[in-house]
Amino acid sequence: MHEHIFKRFDAELDDIRARITQMGGLVEEQMRAAMTALGGEDRELIELVIARDAGVDQMELSIDAACAHIIARRQPTAIDLRMIMAVSKIVTDLERIGDEVKKIAKGARKIFEQGMGGCLTQVTEIRYVGERVLDMLHDVLDAFVRVDADAALAIIRRDKEVDESFRSIVRQLVTFMMEDPRTISTALDIIFIARSVERIGDHTKNIARDVIFIAKGEDVRHTVLGKQGMEGENAQ
Amino acid sequence: MNANPDKTHAMQFGDLGRAPLEPTNDHVLHVERLNLFYGDNHALKNVDLQIPRNRVTAFIGPSGCGKSTLLRCFNRMNDLVDNCRIEGRILLDGKNIYDHDVNVALLRRRVGMVFQKPNPFPKSIYENVAYGLRIMGVNDRATLDEAVERALRGAALWDEVKDRLDESGMSLSGGQQQRLVIARAIALQPEVLLLDEPCSALDPISTAKIEELIDELKSTFTIIIVTHNMQQAARISDVTAYMYLGELIEFGATDTIFIKPADKRTEDYITGRFG
Repeated sequence: MHEHIFKRFDAELDDIRARITQMGGLVEEQMRAAMTALGGEDRELIELVIARDAGVDQMELSIDAACAHIIARRQPTAIDLRMIMAVSKIVTDLERIGDEVKKIAKGARKIFEQGMGGCLTQVTEIRYVGERVLDMLHDVLDAFVRVDADAALAIIRRDKEVDESFRSIVRQLVTFMMEDPRTISTALDIIFIARSVERIGDHTKNIARDVIFIAKGEDVRHTVLGKQGMEGENAQ
Repeated sequence: MNANPDKTHAMQFGDLGRAPLEPTNDHVLHVERLNLFYGDNHALKNVDLQIPRNRVTAFIGPSGCGKSTLLRCFNRMNDLVDNCRIEGRILLDGKNIYDHDVNVALLRRRVGMVFQKPNPFPKSIYENVAYGLRIMGVNDRATLDEAVERALRGAALWDEVKDRLDESGMSLSGGQQQRLVIARAIALQPEVLLLDEPCSALDPISTAKIEELIDELKSTFTIIIVTHNMQQAARISDVTAYMYLGELIEFGATDTIFIKPADKRTEDYITGRFG
């Protein structure tokens, strides 16, 4: 890509990209910390995750303000316009991922406080799927930086696995609940945590669609390609 | 007229690319393999283009790209340039305007033109608008009165000048002069209105008024505008042509050009990048 004749514009776009990377990095770090805290019953880390979410919210506001600035001052067109539109949506998804991580942390805190941490560590698949989602999140930020539509498509395809894992966790917990009704309350809390992980996968998929929009100018939301990462016949 | 012109538009012009198209009734002008030379300078190269009826078509591109030259081909203004040679055809409603039997004065009545700098005649506001009609032999006062009022209303100038129609056209502000010149052009009820940088000498408010006017005029006329101001093209045109070094690089729906241009050269230009 050539440079803009007006170099300040390049600097501003670079700055927005850098801030998305920074915000994405923080969200990734939050998710990783939450997963670690789940497995190790680390209450201190749980509190840290909850406290740090405010920083994610702040970044959303500041990046959106930077987008408004560019729209007002530069009247971006073509790939610049698509980038700014996509960034404004990506920050929303990143912020929501931050919220889901916070919910995971709060859910875990409740389970630990009730002395049911043992139950949580028994459901190992949550941590497994959490790792998969973390990888997706890492890769989607990478695809954003490289404006790589193929990588973004691959991420959309991987979300299916996350959805299947979620359903499998629910089945497992339903079995627990049927066997011993005293576990119902905790099992539901664990389902909510798994649900949050699954939602983070969905938000990551949204970001992947935004990357495709930047790269190709194609809006793949509400299309088979955007939902499953593959066209027509191969899709299910 | 189609129930949903915008949608039809996107379908018709979204992916035109550069392929020559069959003439249809929805297009006023058909440009076919147009080449223009100023002496040895090959100023327009194999331009194929169709101008949709009752739409605003914008020509954009860097200085010297040929956009004004192409515009001037539509009413044969280039005939006045020495050493100018034209190959190819331009059909106006199916008739080649470069055929030998074409009456150029008549052509220019059907294809009116407004220039960058407002050029009212040193006559009264009334006579500026009535001028073309008088040349055509219309001298009946009532007919002229009606035509002048209709043209001035059409050019959104009537309310500002109705009480001083006898004052000189030169006494108006730049923006008003430009609207006066537009009134003069539309008084002859042309089919096509060519606008060559009509706002480049105007302040933002006058520019906005002209843009608003263009939007209103397109229901009656087909408008072709050359502009250096890309945001202006984005604001007012339905179809945009990007030209570079005498070539038509990309031609399509304005939304497509400004959101998802097909050609890298178009993208570089409209995003303000070095080519």
